[in-house]
Amino acid sequence: MHIVVCTKHTPDTEAKMTVDGAGNVSWGESPLIINPWDEYAVEEALVLRDEHGGKVTVISMGPQEALEALKHAVAMGCDEAIRIWDETCAGSDTLATSYVLARAIEQMGDVDLVLFGKSAIDAQTWQVGAAVAKRLGAPSLMYTIKVVELDPDARSITVERLLEEGRQVVSATLPAVVGTTKGINEPRYTSFIGIRKAAKMEYPAWSLDDVGAESDKVGASGSGVRWPEVFAPPAREGEAEMIEAETVEQQAAILVDKLLAEKVI
Amino acid sequence: MDFSLTSEQEMTRQMVREFAERKVSPVIKEYDRSHRPNLDALGRMAELGILGICIPVRYGGAGMDYICLGLACEELERVDTSLRVVMSVHTGLNCLGLFQWGSEQQKQRWLVPQARGERYAAYALTEPGAGSDVVALAATARREGDVYVLNGEKMWISLAAVAHNFLVFAKTDPRAAKAHRGISAFMVEREMAGVTTGDIHGKLGVRAGSTGWISLADVEVPVENRLGEEGEGFKIAMSCLDNGRYTVAAGATGLIRASLEASVAYAHERRTFGREIAEHQLIQQMIARMARDYEMARLLCWKAGWLKNQGQRNTRETSLAKWFATEASFTAASDAVQIHGAYGYSDEYDVERYLRNAKGACIYEGTSQIHELIQAGYALDHRGDRPLRCELPAYDPGYWQT
Repeated sequence: MHIVVCTKHTPDTEAKMTVDGAGNVSWGESPLIINPWDEYAVEEALVLRDEHGGKVTVISMGPQEALEALKHAVAMGCDEAIRIWDETCAGSDTLATSYVLARAIEQMGDVDLVLFGKSAIDAQTWQVGAAVAKRLGAPSLMYTIKVVELDPDARSITVERLLEEGRQVVSATLPAVVGTTKGINEPRYTSFIGIRKAAKMEYPAWSLDDVGAESDKVGASGSGVRWPEVFAPPAREGEAEMIEAETVEQQAAILVDKLLAEKVI
Repeated sequence: MDFSLTSEQEMTRQMVREFAERKVSPVIKEYDRSHRPNLDALGRMAELGILGICIPVRYGGAGMDYICLGLACEELERVDTSLRVVMSVHTGLNCLGLFQWGSEQQKQRWLVPQARGERYAAYALTEPGAGSDVVALAATARREGDVYVLNGEKMWISLAAVAHNFLVFAKTDPRAAKAHRGISAFMVEREMAGVTTGDIHGKLGVRAGSTGWISLADVEVPVENRLGEEGEGFKIAMSCLDNGRYTVAAGATGLIRASLEASVAYAHERRTFGREIAEHQLIQQMIARMARDYEMARLLCWKAGWLKNQGQRNTRETSLAKWFATEASFTAASDAVQIHGAYGYSDEYDVERYLRNAKGACIYEGTSQIHELIQAGYALDHRGDRPLRCELPAYDPGYWQT
């Protein structure tokens, strides 16, 4: 089994985003970390590798800073890591990013399964995983909450998807692209052995040429999304109301009435 | 001069931070209120290798350096003091004592399971009547053939009721002309007949930490359990404190950071006189002092850790770091309570716990006054460091990680 996990470096979850007058977004001096949702994908990949054998390769399209995400994944237990970057990749949207990632995965040749986190905590588009599946012509199994069965010999995978209406069990052929969700597992901590390996490892940097990607399909010019205006969302405003009553039961009854009146429940 | 952390050190810091935030932060109030140690978190620390973080892999440890030990302590105490205290006694005072002074056989027997976290370890020096005045300790070790018979009471011992192994100091020569030369060190195991332990209740702080007493009643300890030579116990005790104090200093640095982070967050949240309190200069002053003290404490700790990595004696630097960081952490926590106002006085917020926890560190592992005397002693040339028979080995990645 060769499992690939696609990851992204993101600002720390506690970072505060600011936007200046020219529409430039800044996360301040926040340290860059692995996208927290990707840790679920890495964990699932490691569990499946340990169960079925093979290796896990973590990949990321990004500048030098993306190494932080790759190092974290290696420190968790991934076997190999590859960074894909070219200056022309800067400003890529999900269309362009999925193109580069799909080319890199095709370049590897022997990939059985591709895993994604559910989204990235900075842009929150939820699109790259499905887009990579489409580009690879592979089944797209997004919102996966459980891998029910993986049978490398039969080239099949069965997963449980967490949908708004309920849970859906689906089977697909390999190679497949799986988007994990929170709750699929509990990501492990990095280990000291992993940390030492991650610190010493060489991280190959693949260029667009290496993955066979055309430069006019990446970066801002290769992207479908335009950014006519960027602004910080207005601060949320709301009012808090303390419900006064003699007993907790009475407070709860008043609360229920109010929630019904507001059509919250 | 390079102040940047290595990739290994950064990742170690991140790992311990995640552990503390995920495993300790959500439940610490509950444990602190009920005066219970979080043994589940302790077990996870053992599994992750944090308890043996700076011990070579060949002795069951994680093979990281002494800076990583300090970073782990800072991250643990940023969330709560109790698990940093475990690092101080288990790793700093006991494991590193064995690593520095133990024979190969002793390292295999005690250090390996301790570094793996299979056995917890404590350090038993203090007694009801002997704290700062170490040579006044009354516990005795009488040699009888192949055993020493230990008698005495130890008090204020962290992990007393939890640890499996204790590094106990007792007098083998109570009438020695130079009293410090009459002290010897022993590895005592909980299973030995005559060892009883208990918890001390009613502490001001570190309520999620196990602190207690050990009673030794005619405990027969084999000669091979003696660490170092007979009469070498005082030197061993003091060299262990060079490592324990380092962990306390690093932890206190984390407590300053916790106070700073909580204060900054609250200063943006709370409004008085029509604006955030962060805009009031007297609030800013307290926050500025915390920021200053955090930087200073951190630099002092890194210096001490760097000296350890180099294999250089660091008694003076470690004492300075411990003295400064613990006093600064108490001030920072007190100011954090002040910034939080009445809310800070309640356990609804964390800062009252920071304040209660900070006071202990100004007392244990050398009171602030003892450290002032040490610093004065060095400055006035009243004291100096003589080479020890066994020095703490310099960090060598090749040796540590194979």
